[in-house]
Order: sequence, then C-alpha cells, then structure tokens
Amino acid sequence: MAQKKQPKIPLLEARGITKSFGDFTANDAVNFTLEQGTIHALLGENGAGKSTFVKMLYGVLSPDQGQFIWDGKAASIASPKAARAMGIAMVFQHFSLFPALSVAENIALALDDAPSLKDLSVRIREASERWGLAIDPDRPVGDLSVGEQQRVEILRCLLQDPKLLIMDEPTSVLTPQESERLFDVLRRLAKEGCAVLYISHKLDEIMALTSKATILRGGKNVGDVTPAKSSTRAMAELMVGEKVDWIERQTNGANTKAPVVFSVSQLSRPADTAFATALKSISFDVHEGEILGIAGISGNGQDELTEALTGEWLCPDANQISFQSQPIGRFTPHARRRLAIEMVPEERNGHAAVTDMTLVENTFLTHFERVTEDGFINKMQGHPALCEEITASIIKNHDVRTPHHNPMARQLSGGNLQKFIMGRSLITAPRLMIVAQPTWGVDVGAATMIRRNLLALADQGCGIILISQDLEEIFSLSTRIAVLNAGHLSPPQSAIDLTAEDVGLLMGGARASQTHAPSAFEGEQA
Amino acid sequence: MIKLSPRTNPSPWLSVLSPVIAIIATLVMGALIFTLLGYNAGESLYQFFISPLSRLDRISDLVVKACPLIIIALGLVFCYRANIWNIGAEGQFILGALAAGAFALQFPDTTSPLLLPMMVLVAMIAGAAWAAIAALCKTLFNANEILVTLMLSYVAALLIDVMVRGPLRDPMAFGFPLTPMYPDAGLITRMPIPGVGYLGQLHYGVLIAFILAPIAWWLMHRTLPGFQVRVIGSAPRAGRFAGFSSVRTTIGVLLFSGAMAGLAGMIEVSANIGQLQPNVSFGYGFTAIIVAFLARLNPLGVIAAGLLIAMAELGGDNAQIALGIPKVVTGLFKGILLFFLLAGATLQHYKIEWASRKARS
Amino acid sequence: MSALLLTVLATSIPLLLAATGELITERSGVLNLGVEGMMLMGAVAALAAVLYTGNPYTGILTGALAGMAAALIFAFFAVTLMTNQVATGLALTIFATGFSGLAGAPLVGKTAASLPPLSIPLLDQIPIIGELFFHQDILFYMAFALIMATSLFLRNSRGGMILRAVGDNHDSAHALGYSVQKVRWMAVAFGGICAGLGGAYIPLVLTPHWSEGMTAGRGWIALALVVFASWIPYRIVIGALIFGGITIMQLAGQARGWAVPSQVLSMLPYLATILALVLMSMRSSSSFITVPACLGKPFHPGN
Repeated sequence: MAQKKQPKIPLLEARGITKSFGDFTANDAVNFTLEQGTIHALLGENGAGKSTFVKMLYGVLSPDQGQFIWDGKAASIASPKAARAMGIAMVFQHFSLFPALSVAENIALALDDAPSLKDLSVRIREASERWGLAIDPDRPVGDLSVGEQQRVEILRCLLQDPKLLIMDEPTSVLTPQESERLFDVLRRLAKEGCAVLYISHKLDEIMALTSKATILRGGKNVGDVTPAKSSTRAMAELMVGEKVDWIERQTNGANTKAPVVFSVSQLSRPADTAFATALKSISFDVHEGEILGIAGISGNGQDELTEALTGEWLCPDANQISFQSQPIGRFTPHARRRLAIEMVPEERNGHAAVTDMTLVENTFLTHFERVTEDGFINKMQGHPALCEEITASIIKNHDVRTPHHNPMARQLSGGNLQKFIMGRSLITAPRLMIVAQPTWGVDVGAATMIRRNLLALADQGCGIILISQDLEEIFSLSTRIAVLNAGHLSPPQSAIDLTAEDVGLLMGGARASQTHAPSAFEGEQA
Repeated sequence: MIKLSPRTNPSPWLSVLSPVIAIIATLVMGALIFTLLGYNAGESLYQFFISPLSRLDRISDLVVKACPLIIIALGLVFCYRANIWNIGAEGQFILGALAAGAFALQFPDTTSPLLLPMMVLVAMIAGAAWAAIAALCKTLFNANEILVTLMLSYVAALLIDVMVRGPLRDPMAFGFPLTPMYPDAGLITRMPIPGVGYLGQLHYGVLIAFILAPIAWWLMHRTLPGFQVRVIGSAPRAGRFAGFSSVRTTIGVLLFSGAMAGLAGMIEVSANIGQLQPNVSFGYGFTAIIVAFLARLNPLGVIAAGLLIAMAELGGDNAQIALGIPKVVTGLFKGILLFFLLAGATLQHYKIEWASRKARS
Repeated sequence: MSALLLTVLATSIPLLLAATGELITERSGVLNLGVEGMMLMGAVAALAAVLYTGNPYTGILTGALAGMAAALIFAFFAVTLMTNQVATGLALTIFATGFSGLAGAPLVGKTAASLPPLSIPLLDQIPIIGELFFHQDILFYMAFALIMATSLFLRNSRGGMILRAVGDNHDSAHALGYSVQKVRWMAVAFGGICAGLGGAYIPLVLTPHWSEGMTAGRGWIALALVVFASWIPYRIVIGALIFGGITIMQLAGQARGWAVPSQVLSMLPYLATILALVLMSMRSSSSFITVPACLGKPFHPGN
C-alpha cells in the first residue's frame, strides 16, 4: 500500500532575524530553516552571532526585526518558559546545576511541573536507559564528572519531550569517548523525531554528525551547507571568509635565523576546573623580532596558556618554559618582569588593571619592583606615588585620553585603558611580550595605534606572542602563525605560506598535515 | 519591587557624603523611636550627643573610651579591605590582655622600665597567635573565617575566666575572682596635659592610638604590603597578575589585626583596671567592627569614627543617669548608623529602580 | 536527677527554636548574625503582651511577630540592598539589643503570668519520660514540632528543595527562573519568627520578668549550634542538649568538686565546632553535608 507522501514543513524557520546592541549588529537579517528530525549545525567564530541567535530562539532575548515560524505558525518566543512550552530545550555551555543536591533534585528543579521525586527517579532511570545516558538519580551532582553532569543537563531537557534540542558547544568539556557517546544519543534523538541544533566550531564533528550546517559570519548567514556534499575546507572558508584576502598582511617572511629568545617545551597543564581546558604538550619557539600569532576560537585553552606564560600558573618543571636559555617555568610574574618579559592579559577590568584604582596605582601594579631600591625594607616602602612620572610618560606617549592627570581606571574608555595598559608594558623596553586579545572591545583608532606599536616593538628586536581570536589581526601582524585547538597547538608556520582557509581548518580542529602549507615538523599526536 | 542596577559612573562625592547623611538620618530615626516609646526626644539627644562634650574631663573620658576602639578598628580595616571577615577581635583582645597580664604577674617586684614594652610585645604576639588559628584554618582547610573567629571569641572568654579564677588568682582577694594588681611598672599611668593637669582618666595609652592611626594609613597607602592588601581585596586576579600571594596576605592581615586587638586589650587593662578580671572587654571587639565601617575602611577615618562611637557610649551613660534610659540603648544609635552606612555603601555603586514587570531587552 | 534533666531541657528550648530558624536562613545562603537581637525583641514583646493582657498565650504571637519584624529589617538591607551580611547582622544585634532595652525599661520589676503546662493525656503517664516530655507548656511542644516540620520540609518538599538549591548555587537558581530574593526573604523571616519564639520562651516559662540581656548570649550559642549541627535539623537537638547540658554539668560538677574546670568543659562545644568546620571544609565529596556554598555571599543578578 503506497504511503501518501506528506511534504514535511520545516520545524523552524527564521526570517530576517535582526538584533542590535547599540551600534553593534549581532544578527543581520538572518534566514534559517531547520527541518524536523535533523541534526543541524550552527557554525561560526566568536562574535559571529551564534549565541545571540540561539538566545532569541530560547526566549532570553527578542529580535528587533524578523520573525520565527514554528511548525508552520508565526511564533513570538517571550521567555525560556514559553520556549519550553513550545518544545524548545537548551543545554548551555555553562551548566546550571546544584552540586549539593541529587541528580533527581537537580532535574526536578528544572521542570516546570515536576512529579514527586520518587516518580521522577523512575522516569529518570527509564530515560537514562532509553537514551543510553547512564546516570544514578540519587547521586549528588557534585560527585559527578563533567560528562556525567552534562548528561543531567541533557536529561533535564529530554524529560520535557522537546521537539528541538539546542546544544551549545557540548564537546568542549568532553573526552573523545564521551563525545562519541553523546553523538549516539543525538543520533537516536533525531531518529525519534527531535531535531538538534548543534552549535560548534569543530569541523570534523560537524562533518561526522550533522546533516545540514548553517554558517554565520559577522552576524549574517553566509551559507547553508550539506556537510556530506561539502568539505571541511569549504566550511572553513565560509567560516573565516574571503575578508581575509583584502586585509594588509604581514609581508615579511619569518626570519628563523634570528636567535630564539623564548621557548616553550612540552607544556602540559591539567584542567583545574570542570570548564577549563587542559593544555597538551605545547611546544613553540619565539625568535627575536618576530610576532608569533596564536589563533583560535576562545575556549580552546587561551586563558590557561596565558596564565602559564605570565607565571600566574607555575609549570611543574622549570624547563618547560625558557627565556634566553634560562629555565623560568617556575618564575612568578614579577620575576619574569625582572627579565624584561612583559604581559598584557585579555581582561582589562580586574585582571590587567584594577578598575577602582588610579592610573598611577595601576602603573605601580607591574612596576613596583622597578621603582623601589634594593633591600627588603626599601622594597616594602614602595608605593604608587613613585610612579607618577612613569604614568605621565605613558599617557603622553600613547595618546591616552583622560579626564584629568590621574583618573580611576574605570573612568577611561576601553580603548584608552587598553592603550594605557599596553604603554605600561612597552615603556620597559621588553625583550619578550605576551599579549592576549589586545584590541578586543577597542575603538578603531586605538586598535590601529596598538597594532602599530606592536609592529614597531618587533622591529626593535622584541619577540611577541600574540594570542587573538581576530583573524584579521593575526594576519596583519604575525610573521608566523600557530593555532590553538582543544589545548593542542599546531606547529607554527610562516604566515605568508598560510591561507585563511588553512587557519580556519586548524581552528576547526584539523591536523596540520591536512593544510596546504609545509609545516616545520610533522606528526602532532592527538 | 525594588531593583538595583549598577551605576555607570559612581560619583566620588557620594563617598564623602554618605557617612554624613547616615549620621543625620540616624539622629532623625533615633529621635523618632525615642518619641514613640514615650521619651523626650530633644532631651535624650542632648544627653547622648552634647553632654559628652560639655566638660573638659568628659572630653578626656571620650578619648579614653575611644582608645581601644581605634586601635582594634585599625587592625580590622586591613582585614576587611582584603575581604577577610575577622569578627573575633573580641577574643584577640582578651588574649592580649590575658597574656600581658600573666607575663606581668610573673615579675611582681620588678621596677624595670622594660616591663611595659615587653607586655606590649607579649600582648601583640598573643593576639596575633589567636588570629593565626583562624588564618591556618582558612588557608590550609578553606574553613570560613567568620565562624572560626567567632567560636574562638567564646573560647577566649572562657579561657580568661578559668585563668583568673585559677592559676592567676589573688589569694588575698577575699574570694573575688581577681588577679593581684600588676606591679607599678606594668601600669599605664595617667597623662597630664601641660597647663591643665590631670584630666579624668586620660592616660598615655591614648597617645598610642593617635600615633598608630597615621602609621596605619602610611602602611596602607605608602607601603607595598598595604598596596597588596588593597589590590587583593579589590581585584584578586589582578593581584595574581602582579605576583602577589593571597595566602600570604590572608595570614598577614589576620596576624596584624590580631596583634592590634591584643595591644588594645593590654592597654585597656594596664591603664584602667590594673589587674585581670574575668570580664575585661565590654564588647569592644564587636563595637570596633562598626567603627571600621563608619570609617569607610580608611585608617585616618578611624579616629573620627572611634570618637563618634565613644561619644554615643558615654552619652548613653549620661542618659542613664539623667533620664533613666538604660545604658544598652546606645546600641540603638550604633545599630541604625551601621544600617544606614551599609546602605549608603551599596547605593554608591547601584541605583534604585522600581520595576513592575521584568523588563526585557 | 529528673529535676536536672528538666532544667537541661528547659534551658535548651530557646536554643532549639532560635537555631532551627537560623538553620533555614543559612540553608538559603544568608548568614544572619542578628539572632541574639531577634531573641531579645521576642522576649520583650512577649513580656509586654502578657503584662498588658494578662494572658501568657498572647506572648507567643507577639514574640514571634517581633522577631520577624527584626528579621525583615535585616532582609531589607542584606538581601535587597545586598549589603555585607556580617556587618548587617551585627548591626541588627546591636540595634535590637538597644531597642529591647529601651522598650523593656518600663517593664522592670513586674512579674508576668507564665505559660501553664499542658499535659498530653496518656503519654504523660509514662514513667520519667512522661513527666519530662509530655507535661510541658505549648512552646515546648511547638519547638519539637517545628524541628520535625523543618526536617520534613527540607528533605521532602519542593519548597525545601528550592531553598537548598538557592543556598547551594544562587546563580543556577536564578538561571532556572527562581527568585533568589523572594526565597531568602522568606527564609530570613522564618528565622526571625523562630528566634522571636525562642526569646519569648524565656520570660514566658523560665524567668517571668524583664532583665536586660536576659537571653544571656543564647543567640550567639544558637549560631554556633547551627554549624555544630552541620545544618541538619535533628542534629540541632543533640547539639542543644550538649550545649545546654554542659551549663548544668558545670554546676553539678562544681557541687561535686570535679577536677576539670567547668570553663574548660564549656569550651568543648566551641572547639568541637571549629573541628567540625575544618573537617567539613576539607572534604571534597558533596555526599557529606557541607557548608551551604553561597553562605554569606550577596546575590548580584546579572553577574
């Protein structure tokens, strides 16, 4: 008997979804179609607009323009509760769990009308068996591994019988085996009719798991791709874009003849919280006068690497980091500064600078050893006022716009504060500089100035490690480029030899051997 | 429903004005409560706040009363700025007094001028050691310092009780729980004012309080350890970035505040009592916490704050004598003042909004 | 002997009540150091009501309300205005001590009617236990009922689960849509009611007249008791009996000329509390009940 073929209406359509925050357009007329029962990837770099889009889907934000069509009918998603009522469930990257409470209690708290705990435990065991998500409802969540905790979050969603499950970068906290198990669950879900929207930047996962992929870039939908008919290369290119072709690229080749000033060897760091990224055998050299760009989507180990480089985390083996052949792996930050190593971490507020202190005090924060004389008593008497001249000098030379001569750090705009922080490091004429996201959240004028300063610094023979999510920045400044992905660092390659697509591939998790360019040495083991 | 939203540009004026506003609001509120309970507001306020200033010897008593408060609060300011909530200053005060007293009583016949300085040292070490217990519990075991220092205060009160009634007891005291009097060399004598003579109970110990305050300010703002305290309390991650150790700072501020409290204890006993008794503190450790907050955690403000609170205390004494208002009522003013100060601190960084429904962006 | 036990029990009741209330407050993540003050408010309000109406039962209601009013002041500052909880709690104690002193001054010297004992038929015939437990006043029964109710509430009800969740991780609770502020206001108010009842017990049953500071530091002991009981209601009973019993042991010991100084005995519960705290904070496993993770931390939405 022939089955009548019903045209399947898409589960979800987004038409012209636009959302702005002030001047910044996070989503620009995004059109998007999600079919029932499919696993659909949402791919893009940081800042591409993925999380804004998804927050609108889950009712946390509402679009300025455009509409959602759910199951053929126009829908206005007013709140997470409304989204859940419609059948949309979401597992966030950062869990909302209660460590002291049991699995069953954690799930009960997330359900809008929960059955008794006893009944719920039964349902949990059933669901856990049905979906292959082994979990014991009575265990306290604090005792579970991260992978198990994610299962609790997923079960929270599944027990609501969703029609769409949104997963935000789920494998960033999982081991490869746990990821495989997750994929099995997702495939089973799709087969049973629940669609999955899978947000990720990991290309091989998207290839393996999803049947459709939508790529966002700069807030726009730049392509709907069928992974099976496409390639990681094509997706990577869409993800990072042809925009890279027209930016000013660093044209100097890497001068590998210059002496090595800084060296990292087999640096491994276990993840110290559930959401941290473990660093795996990172090795690289930095030559005098070169800018080594470390690209990568944030959340792949940048914070952990920065802390290891600055000395906020000490290496177990002093030899893992060396400066001019001296092992400094166990040197504290101020000990490293004594050697003319300077650092600018990613976060201006509360890390690189203290917002509630004046600029003079913030100068003292990193200059306290330079302005005091030797001797214990003399060092103890160091105080911020000794840094007034230095501060004035920084403000003058780096065009820091201030309301008066010694404002609080929080009175400065982002760009000006960043210029100050950079200037604070540059004024010491370092031999090695570590900068992370130097122009994030900074206005164009300040960003240009900061980048020019970095180039000038390199010209003077200083080695620079530039950690950045911004590919344009990486390409315009770096002589060599490496990519940080899931705690692995790809072997640095000369920037001239790399295309944006290559870098995009590496950011998406490919191995160096899959790219065009010859690498310095082969065989990075997983 | 009241909602708080962060201010984008907190005004520096608020920082100076809020203690003043808090004081005025306190007076108004206090007057209201007095009237409601049937007392004459005007007379009560006079007794509390004007009468302590009406005679010179009363002013000197004010200063004497403020002395331990100032010294303890100076130590607490360092702790609180580092976000370490030491509320056991009461116990550290007691330990300081106890240790200094036990030490002095070992040398009943001495006339050495070294006795007092040694007592100071012993008191500071004892107070610091008592606080060190909490420091160890926090740094080694991550135990909450609020609860540990509080428990230790109870233990300290019991310790001095058992020591005074036991090993240190004066056999000739007719059964009263008292130690023998300290040797004269262990007493802090009254301090004459040139041209006026002796004023009330004014003693040399008061000088220490007034000298310590600017020294504490200097420590906080003109030395590296003080800078470390301020950075770690305000932005711990920046502290790590600079290379500062939060463990060392935690231990340091606890030891310092313990030493200060111990010093205050020793001075109180040597100046005003001259021997140990089971009760040497009258809530100074807790009152000093209010002083620290009233001073906005600023060492120089501690002098004014200490004097103000002491004035309320003395005013309470006068109000009791003149109007029959129980002494404990000073607590009313102190409590209200602290409430308003704390609210002011929040309102400096947040503004109040009346939200009816959850507004969505 | 049974007279001794009776005294121990009676002295423990204010502790039981106040500690139970504070336990709920702390499980929601709020540290309220104002217990002593709230108890005094309850005491003076209860006494005033009885002297005014002649009926001791009115004291129970007024005591509870007075304690709650004090607690609500605290909640306004510490929960809504997000002030420092340590300082705010101290402010409450100092304020309430002063206020109750002021309100109590005209009551000095007057004696009020006490709560009569209410026998529970049949049960009060049981030898020894009958007299100890079933021939008591209504507040006594209320205290034990309250503990059982609190225990059931925490373990078996949805409200109790939400309370525990808020105290464990207020950010997660907020993310799931629960109002952290509302839960904490209610927890603090409950703490006030219990502290008020505990304070009321003292003039209503123990010493039927006003004296300043008649709570004699029981509020502070209650705070220690909550920690000692590791935030589990039934353990409060054990702790209250130990703390209360030690006071009695002191007197008994003195009468019998024991070698150990009574003050040292009195120290033991506090030292044990410190030890318990250290052990609890060390343990990495959450299956052992630990300190409510958000205890003392103000909740800043949008962080």
